[in-house]
Amino acid sequence: MRFEEFVEFIGSQEGAPPKSLDANAPPPSAIIGAGVPRIDGPLKTTGSARYAADYNFPGLVYAVPVRATIASGKIQRIDSSAAEAMPGVLLVMHHGNIMPLYRNASGGRNSESRPAFEDETVYYWGQYVAAVVAETFEQAQAAAATVKVEYEPAKFNVDPSLSDSLPPEGEPGGPRVMSNRGNTESAFASALVKVDETYITPVETHNPMEMHATVAVWDGKKYTLYESSQGVMNHQNVVSQVLGVPKENVEVISRFIGSGFGGKLFPWPHSAIAAAASRKLNRPVKLTLSRKMMFSNSGHRPRTQQRMRLGATTDGKLLSLQQNYRNHTSYGDDIRENCGEATPFLYSTANLKVTSALVRRNVGTPTPMRGPGAVPGLFALESAMDELAIKLKKDPVELRLSLDTLIDEEKNRPFSSRHLKECLQLGAEKFGWSRRTPEVGSMRKGDLILGWGVAAASWGANRGVCETEVSLRADGTARVGCGTQDIGTGSYTVIAQVITDKTGIPVDKVDVVLGSSALPPGPTSGGSTATATFLPAVIDGVNAAIKVVLTVAGNTKDSPFEGKDPNSLTMTAGRVHEKGAPAASGVSYNEILHIANLASARGDGKSGGLGADPKSHNFSTHSFGAQFVEIEWDPGIARLRVSRVVSVIDGGRIINMRMATNQVAGAIVMGVGMGLFEETIYDPRNGHPINDNFADYIVPTIADAPQIDVHFLDIPDPLLNEYGARGIGEIGLAGIAPAITAAVYHATGVRVRELPVRIEDLMKTNAVT
Amino acid sequence: MQTFEYRQSTSVDQAVQAGARSKRAQQYADVRFIAGGTTLVDLMKLDVERPNQVVDINGLPLAQIKTSADGGLVIGALARNSAVAHHPVVQRDYAVLSLALLSGASPQLRNMATTAGNLLQRTRCVYFRDTAHACNKREPGSGCSAIGGHNRMLAILGTSKDCIASNPSDQNVALTALEATIQVQGVKGNQSIPIQDFYLKPGSTPNSENVLEPGDLIVSVTLPPPAPDTRSHYLKLRDRAAYEFALASAAIVIKVNGGRIERARVALGGVGTVPWRSREAEQVLEGHTADVALFRRAAEAALKDAQPASENGFKVELAKRCIVQALTVSTQSA
Repeated sequence: MRFEEFVEFIGSQEGAPPKSLDANAPPPSAIIGAGVPRIDGPLKTTGSARYAADYNFPGLVYAVPVRATIASGKIQRIDSSAAEAMPGVLLVMHHGNIMPLYRNASGGRNSESRPAFEDETVYYWGQYVAAVVAETFEQAQAAAATVKVEYEPAKFNVDPSLSDSLPPEGEPGGPRVMSNRGNTESAFASALVKVDETYITPVETHNPMEMHATVAVWDGKKYTLYESSQGVMNHQNVVSQVLGVPKENVEVISRFIGSGFGGKLFPWPHSAIAAAASRKLNRPVKLTLSRKMMFSNSGHRPRTQQRMRLGATTDGKLLSLQQNYRNHTSYGDDIRENCGEATPFLYSTANLKVTSALVRRNVGTPTPMRGPGAVPGLFALESAMDELAIKLKKDPVELRLSLDTLIDEEKNRPFSSRHLKECLQLGAEKFGWSRRTPEVGSMRKGDLILGWGVAAASWGANRGVCETEVSLRADGTARVGCGTQDIGTGSYTVIAQVITDKTGIPVDKVDVVLGSSALPPGPTSGGSTATATFLPAVIDGVNAAIKVVLTVAGNTKDSPFEGKDPNSLTMTAGRVHEKGAPAASGVSYNEILHIANLASARGDGKSGGLGADPKSHNFSTHSFGAQFVEIEWDPGIARLRVSRVVSVIDGGRIINMRMATNQVAGAIVMGVGMGLFEETIYDPRNGHPINDNFADYIVPTIADAPQIDVHFLDIPDPLLNEYGARGIGEIGLAGIAPAITAAVYHATGVRVRELPVRIEDLMKTNAVT
Repeated sequence: MQTFEYRQSTSVDQAVQAGARSKRAQQYADVRFIAGGTTLVDLMKLDVERPNQVVDINGLPLAQIKTSADGGLVIGALARNSAVAHHPVVQRDYAVLSLALLSGASPQLRNMATTAGNLLQRTRCVYFRDTAHACNKREPGSGCSAIGGHNRMLAILGTSKDCIASNPSDQNVALTALEATIQVQGVKGNQSIPIQDFYLKPGSTPNSENVLEPGDLIVSVTLPPPAPDTRSHYLKLRDRAAYEFALASAAIVIKVNGGRIERARVALGGVGTVPWRSREAEQVLEGHTADVALFRRAAEAALKDAQPASENGFKVELAKRCIVQALTVSTQSA
């Protein structure tokens, strides 16, 4: 998905724009930027935060899917007689007997456009072909194992090489031009220094700690779905269409989410299976995905193959930049991984072209994974830049600094706030880059060879529409309601910090209610846009609530401000007072509410998307960063470890330094996984993602986490909201993998262009020893 | 997982009698003993093991670790991996075993897993663990999906045309280098089996992994007395830093006198279908001066019969580097 498409999805063109940052306004109070511990921390550390699968109801029963054991073909027959005779079994659902489930076309985004059990066709290994519902999970599991499915298998393709022949550029099914300026072919042809290499990123599977789950409760008219969702509003919208019922008949609840990394942005078929079973049986139904199912049934980052052509002058001017990329997609959906996300504007060049093509495979539908497009795209771009620097005999930091631009040459507009140069400079200083000797294998630490690599990072910044309701309560607390959700990133806490900043009510007295589609519509937690999106709506809501307090203060008999024009009053740190008078002269807002016999003062907040602000059309908005990586290579035992990472992020103003650092540190560890470990492997003989478990699909352990040093420039972006905050959920991952492979090259002389780096890549050549 | 009957045994005899009712002792045994459960429960969930009856032996008095009359060490079958790894005598006299145990699994798993359970740990071959695929170890005669499939982690030594599954244990590699013996109580009485004779290479019957018969219950493992001035080491190589099975590992027990190797025991993990004793390497080493050139010759000898599959050719060289490094560390002067 292109970032622009995501922005369209979150609705950035609607609504009145919020106030943007006013350079003359006083800075926010110290609570903004402070490392406030997450307010939901105690609930999580004591196990009292309830996740989707934690919900239980009287009469709850369990659904267990039966999954295809072919990658393509038709179901000929399903024999569920043995299962139906087993104890506790209530229902066996499949395409022959399920109530209709529909596709969605009226807004919202689904993951797989094909609903579960639509017909007898199998498109990928592990596709749901039936589901067994029983009184207990164990009964359902045992019965599911006895369902016999006969197939007529068809030819399938899970070939990892994406070099299929394609129709020409511009023809249907041929490569699509994503960006084009100047004349890349002739500029490349004339260049004296060239890089022409192909880079490959593998299929990666989203593995949040909490696996997908749905608990569906049908009450005869309405469905309540307890989900692990990154977007409760979208989930409600889509699943109501899939079930064929009015939107108000579906409520989606996701109070806590054990992260998603994009895999929980849009509904997966299990949600409607649970809902349909609940309606059929008139019982609450729980359906949980196993780790194994996560590898087939809930998305992945698609495989990419990217040819990069860079042409430069001998003194390092970039004459031409071409990126021709392909990614695989499923038979049901065209999912384009936007590998050219950052290419058109990261470096200055007059001639640039990016094309994209899709290659179909018998795999489940891909879905965004943290930094979709940009992360694999930057692996290719930043690897090619490193190779160019080596050909030019130029320091890779210096080369990037020399190609920096403050104009988005694609859109021909300035950036609202771009500080890539400062990121590179600060990172180099913190990392000690000046001590780097460029020769391969030249840096040693005992028996270890050190490799130092660098890469730039970028990710979009934007803001969608959002509504909130904010209540200031007579008991001295506040409540904020918003139909967004906290996927573990800290949204609960950030919202509480805004209330504290605006009212003086301490964060532990702010009740933030998120994660229900019954709340005022809030944003999907995706694209690193949620914070920038809900901040202005929270501010708008709290300002509206304060206005209610001031009006009441002026209107209420026996109020100290009785008869005063509310416009002459203001509230500072929770105290209502006359403008111009010190705050100490006023009274606390809850005293006013007591006098007026009000339980609370409620304000409805609303803010529009960035695109609705005419100013935004004059600027290009992105976040930037620089990643510096040290690896240690022990050739004696072929041991490769990432030992040190310095990450500098230009992500606008940071609202919560602790949680922002946590986000980026986590992304760095994820980047170690992308660089060295993660790859979903499809067995070419049957299409099964064969390493579909945590012993064979390895992710970093805490022992693999390098020494991590995260810095934020903390420069407000004036365009996005009055705090100048962007988002930092994704950019931390961008650039880590190419910085690792650059470091690996520096240590060993082996250039790895296909991720992940495997020790056998470094053993089989004449690598440095 | 299939429905099963759960029983607790209160004596070794009772457990043996219960186990003896099983038609077979190997793959698909209808009666299984359960101790830590760290392998068995997983396999039952995957439908790879389907016992009718599970006999809980955790109540049996088999958890002791004590020195034997001849100065060796007797480790009870139910001694937890963490208890063995942190036992002062093990750390002092059998360091290779402590290092091997601590390199395996995670602290939580080591707190549950037992000595005997670890001896019987099953392969991590993905095709064995997924009933959708052919596997001769699981379903004799069905074929081997690993040959020509995803086999990067699998064995290069002791393989057959029917099976290339690797033995994943670290403990058993150390016990092999230590020349442990395994005490078994069964319906026919008691036996003491040298670990060298305990495991069966896959051949044409990869479903049979060891010499145990129905009713046989491992009660203890005995380590011989430590020879004076002997040193030992365990080195495990893997992609990530923790909680992963070995790509290659080496257990070394060695005595060097005046620079000359008097006695060497070399066992390999991650590369064999069984915990792999390399007498070839030992022969190269014994009687010669300890240096890197000799270690490399020993490593070459250990791997000379290696037969890699499509994805694990690098393990031949990796195992050699592992042996050289483990020998280097274990012969460094203190």
